[in-house]
Amino acid sequence: MSENSPLLLMKGIVKQFPGVRALDGVDLEVLPGEVHCLLGQNGAGKSTLIKTLAGAHQPDEGTITLGGEPVRLSSPIAAIRLGISTIYQELDLVEGLSVAENVFLGHEPARLGFVGQGEANRATRALLARLGHGEIRPTTQVGRLSPAARQVVSMARALSHDTRLIIMDEPSAALAHDEVDNLFRIIRELTAQGVAVVYISHRLEEIRQIGDRVTVLKDGRTVAVGLPAKDTPTRQIVSLMTGRNVEHVFPPRRDGPATGEEVLRVEGLTVPGVFADVSFAVRAGEIVGLAGLVGSGRSEIIEAVYGARRFSGRVVVEGRPVRRGGTTGAVRLGMGLAPEERKAQALLLDQSVTRNISLASLGRYSRFGWLDRRREAEDARALVETLDIRPPDPDRPVKTLSGGNQQKAVLARWLLNGRKLLLLDEPTRGVDVGARAELYAVIRELAEKGVGVLLVSSEVPEVLGLADRVLVIREGTIIHQADAGDLDEHRVLDMIMEGSAL
Amino acid sequence: MESAKGPVEAAESPAANAKGPVEVVKPSADERGRGEASGHRSAGRPGWPARLGEVPHLGLVAALALLAVVGLVTVPDSFATGSNLVSILALAATIGVITVGATFVIIGGGIDLSVGAVMALASVWATTLATQSYGPLVMIVCAVLVGAGAGLVNGWLIAYGRLVPFIATLAMLVAARGLAQRMSDRKTQLVQQGNEMIVELSTTRLLGLPLLVYVFALVVVAGWVVLNRTTFGRRTYAVGGNPEAARLAGIDVRRHTVWLYALSGLCCGIAAVLIMARTTTGSSTHGDLYELDAIAAVIIGGTLLTGGRGSIVGSILGLLIFTVITNLFILNGLNTSDQLIAKGLIIVVAVLLQRRSLRSST
Repeated sequence: MSENSPLLLMKGIVKQFPGVRALDGVDLEVLPGEVHCLLGQNGAGKSTLIKTLAGAHQPDEGTITLGGEPVRLSSPIAAIRLGISTIYQELDLVEGLSVAENVFLGHEPARLGFVGQGEANRATRALLARLGHGEIRPTTQVGRLSPAARQVVSMARALSHDTRLIIMDEPSAALAHDEVDNLFRIIRELTAQGVAVVYISHRLEEIRQIGDRVTVLKDGRTVAVGLPAKDTPTRQIVSLMTGRNVEHVFPPRRDGPATGEEVLRVEGLTVPGVFADVSFAVRAGEIVGLAGLVGSGRSEIIEAVYGARRFSGRVVVEGRPVRRGGTTGAVRLGMGLAPEERKAQALLLDQSVTRNISLASLGRYSRFGWLDRRREAEDARALVETLDIRPPDPDRPVKTLSGGNQQKAVLARWLLNGRKLLLLDEPTRGVDVGARAELYAVIRELAEKGVGVLLVSSEVPEVLGLADRVLVIREGTIIHQADAGDLDEHRVLDMIMEGSAL
Repeated sequence: MESAKGPVEAAESPAANAKGPVEVVKPSADERGRGEASGHRSAGRPGWPARLGEVPHLGLVAALALLAVVGLVTVPDSFATGSNLVSILALAATIGVITVGATFVIIGGGIDLSVGAVMALASVWATTLATQSYGPLVMIVCAVLVGAGAGLVNGWLIAYGRLVPFIATLAMLVAARGLAQRMSDRKTQLVQQGNEMIVELSTTRLLGLPLLVYVFALVVVAGWVVLNRTTFGRRTYAVGGNPEAARLAGIDVRRHTVWLYALSGLCCGIAAVLIMARTTTGSSTHGDLYELDAIAAVIIGGTLLTGGRGSIVGSILGLLIFTVITNLFILNGLNTSDQLIAKGLIIVVAVLLQRRSLRSST
């Protein structure tokens, strides 16, 4: 293998999920010893691509070549055996085990079934020293380590296999600045030894610093291959990431500024270490968007407003304050939340669409606790019809619906009991482009009926297209506020990625 | 991407159907077709064997029928007699009442190991000389209150003390048993003269069945109604199936948890009354290992131990299967050790079969 023949070559990778074509013909070429950056907005297909590389997903179409040989990554173990290690965004360490036990989890040095713990400890010490972290003791419980140290352990685990390619999914997200420098030092040492790194980050500055070449994904496709990381203009990268022309799918805004009553007022809202001194207001009939990166604090702000998180500061709904740390009160005050993790936080997957819709309004259908199931079914059916939830069968278990239709069921839940304020956290995540337009229309309709909407999305065009007013958040602070019409995607992306307000 | 055209057309189409509370732009025809294709009902109507599989609890009923056939073949003279059926039901009644409560707790995502011990404590408390001096009605109220009280403590420890249900109810199991021993001084307490009304629950018959079987039936029906027809039942499924979703939908998950364990305790109190009726005693040794029988019955009945799914009818069928097996072993003169082995096998087989049917239905 010559110096410049690619280590990894992926061609025409397609991955179809129910309702979503996550990868729609992705190409990726990684050279040995390079740091190859993968860029793309949320939903562009980065995670799916990584999981395909890690052997967690099987592609429906396309070929993968590793070191010149075609390979099939049929399982995570198969990928590891071929020398591909993955460090996931949420570190996958066992907190109750020691550092060495974690490093060698699944491939413990063993004789006759007895783990050679001494040997594992020695090997771990050597790996940690190679990573420049000799101070981490192999016998320490991982649960006691700092996030940065855990990152190092994850990396030691990747290196404990005979690794040719390491995939790092937002490795800097949990790290402080000086720790990022150390991460970069380690990456440079690895690449000097010929290991290739696929590096995923939202932070352009990091990519400039550490990256060699950049591949950009958009809507499940590769839109640019092998751009030089150091000197491709930001403007070009951003427009590659966003190039899609989505304006048309958004329903028209109402003219003029919102004049409704103030439904939500947030003053000096702070959750220590996450965000600080956040203040804003939402009027009836107004959609306010929060734009920011994952980890910027936008989801946490929504959770705090909903009372699902302890906070300091004041949250007032129609003049009445929200109690900290109790969602029952928030619902009583007229708030509704469509959370980010639809399946984990909003839906009763095994149960019918009807029961999912009525969950927050059971009180309306009961007299002395007795449920009026006919009225419940009638209302659910009407909502399935108006929101055009497909298939139009309210008795079907909600888990058999596509992402967009599941999200409609969540919206239907809050439509049912007349909310004053809706909090929407990534309402179109995992929803395919077609169904998005319908969701946007539903959300706009709600606002026109006088509901105040607070919207969080990591897709800037979505915030700009749907919201009346936009708050730009970076690292827990609102750095800019403006009417959506006065902003454009490039400027907002510049602000949230580089921090250069205005 | 071809589909990218869909939404544009959808948004531009002038449709705005004014139905119900919200007007929504209807999608274009090709959008609609795509949505339906992604559903999975495209494969035509299922044939009758598949539809038969949708009859709830069919497997359990079949197992029960099979056991009846075994009974009719092996012990034809004694199995199908009225007195034997009565004894099966009377045997099932006590644990049956407990099983109803356990079904609620388990659907709600918890577990209650303390049921047998709480029942024993309630029976002892209700048969102390002091309680007995107030007459049978006070005894009944006492048993029910003691049971519900212990359940409240369980629920409070789990919901607000943040103890794992397994640990909290394990502690209650040990402590309630100990308290029962202390109150009774480890002696069996007889139901005194003048309080025979309690015992009459077992001896008085209506239409050939002792009254306690009617109490059992009443609890089952009440449990079914609460679980399937009230907001409490609906919330129980929600809290067990996805506590986070329930919380974010505005349900007070912790308060609901307290009520679930209180309900289980209440059932233990009622069961204590039934066991006093059957044995004419209150004792700290009553209800030993009832928790295992109750949990096994719930599991055989198809309730998920992880919560969110299950039914009262299934639990009762599971319990009846257990009881009939016991009955068959006794009638055939087989020893109790073999009976335990058989029960163990049944638990495993039942869960394996259910897992298969679960997978095929998703």
